[in-house]
Amino acid sequence: MAITLSGDQAIPAPPLSSRLTPAQVWGIVLLAPYLLVFLAFVVYPVCYGLWLARAPANYVALYNDPIFARAAVNTLIFLVIGINIKMLIALFLSGFFAQQRTWIKWLSVIFILPWAVPSIPTILSVRFMLNPEWGVINHLIFSFTGDDGPNWLNDPTVALTMAIGVHIWKSLPFWTLILITGRLAIPHDLFEAAEVDGASWWQKFRFITWPSMQTLYVTCTLLSMIWTLGDFNSVYLLTGGGPADLTHVLSTLGIRYLRLDQLSLAMASIVVAMPLVLPLVYFMMKRLSR
Amino acid sequence: MKLPTLREIGNEAKLLLIGIPVFIWTMIPIYHMFLFAISPKEDAFSGKLWPDHPTLHNFHIVFYQEHYFLRDFWIQFWNSTVIALAAGGLTLFIATAAAFSISRLKVPGGRWVMNLALFTYFIPAAFLAVPMYRTMGNYGLLNNHWSLILAMVTIASPYAIWVLKQASDKLPVELDEAAVMDGATTLQLFRLVYLPLMMPSLVAIGTYAVLLAWNEYLYAFLLLSKDTNITLPVALGNFLAADDSPWELLMTTGFIYALPPAAVYYAFKRYMVGGLTAGAVKS
Repeated sequence: MAITLSGDQAIPAPPLSSRLTPAQVWGIVLLAPYLLVFLAFVVYPVCYGLWLARAPANYVALYNDPIFARAAVNTLIFLVIGINIKMLIALFLSGFFAQQRTWIKWLSVIFILPWAVPSIPTILSVRFMLNPEWGVINHLIFSFTGDDGPNWLNDPTVALTMAIGVHIWKSLPFWTLILITGRLAIPHDLFEAAEVDGASWWQKFRFITWPSMQTLYVTCTLLSMIWTLGDFNSVYLLTGGGPADLTHVLSTLGIRYLRLDQLSLAMASIVVAMPLVLPLVYFMMKRLSR
Repeated sequence: MKLPTLREIGNEAKLLLIGIPVFIWTMIPIYHMFLFAISPKEDAFSGKLWPDHPTLHNFHIVFYQEHYFLRDFWIQFWNSTVIALAAGGLTLFIATAAAFSISRLKVPGGRWVMNLALFTYFIPAAFLAVPMYRTMGNYGLLNNHWSLILAMVTIASPYAIWVLKQASDKLPVELDEAAVMDGATTLQLFRLVYLPLMMPSLVAIGTYAVLLAWNEYLYAFLLLSKDTNITLPVALGNFLAADDSPWELLMTTGFIYALPPAAVYYAFKRYMVGGLTAGAVKS
């Protein structure tokens, strides 16, 4: 159809100097609202922020601030350990949820709840569970052992682990859902053939599932890492950065400086993260804009 | 009827061994919140798994604003609603126009704009929050609902444009050509051909933007601060300001606040799963 029409209907690409067609004028008009938003709320803030963070003294101050060093380490732990654990669980659970059972279908409806509800009330709910005096966890520990439970959020290692746990609780359903779609796209006869050949569970995973899912898996892991850099809520609402500012990550640290009215330090702490973020972003854009 | 073999029973048991922990893990924080919402203060703080005297009194306190922390509950609920709907509507408008322009009208430089938008999509929102806060101050919009609405539009539209562009690339070109042959103007093409065909994606994206804005905490807490213009999540965070916070009321308010997005999510799940996960990650 298109070919037969294209004889005199197709509009030849005009040289750049010539007048725009009405369609192109409309194209520019319709694109304008987004461009305005982009200029006013992305370009201007980013340039302004970079300008604020221009003085080298900021980076010296940052380097000398032990809280920054700690936050950088915490961020890396969050990304390297937390995200990989999350994605491995998601990969495992995607296999579980791909099973055809009625009860698993129902469970998957419930499983998505953490993703569907806002994070603030649920994080605060966890926060109270961990309360050393009144929380349900220490009540249970007391009734079973007769001992007082630990002061969970007062230990920086435990507190950060809990923040990672909250993050996993919240975003595990989303990544599992994505990996399930990847798994369901694998042609089923491959598994049937493997079954006939007597392949073990591990062999099926190693030679069928993994090769067809590894690109998706790596993409998801990287994307999750980038987004987790921006996960402010899990840390801020669970630990508030405490005890003694030892559980900050870069996103909460920036806001901490902002609240202390040290705007240029706040920007500098973000600029410092860019060498880590930009390559990841570049890589993702390459992947997604194909 | 055939009896299950030993192997099938073993399989089912293994699945249950995964399914039960998954269920417990998922439900604990939500159940805990629900438990507090139906518990009087003494029961809530006693660590019981079911209250001795379940009650709806907490809901009564919230709805009638009978506590210091809740005196502006309805105004805050209204703020959350208005901001979520405005951000959703505006995102939908901006993103649909942009996607139509890039995908169907092939506007010069469209691909470039698409890449810029994608780039924004990958910048962690908490990083943009710091300069955004200052920018809103410069624009004189702090403590004005527009600041939060526009911030949410900024964050939601890149993904919205991207998903809508992917969806509209799949519509056959012949449709546009046929409409143009029949003498349709660009606007008619947009209104009569494009919008109806894009409906499922538009529902998904509208829902996505509304939920994003309703759930947002960080930007809301930076940009709004007066008790009468903050949104519900900020009000929830403010409960933590006092040492002896009424946690049973906090959890009740949180429960009420969590219900609408959960309901919307499940109501539109059909669209959400198809429209969003397809676009979310392409391998």
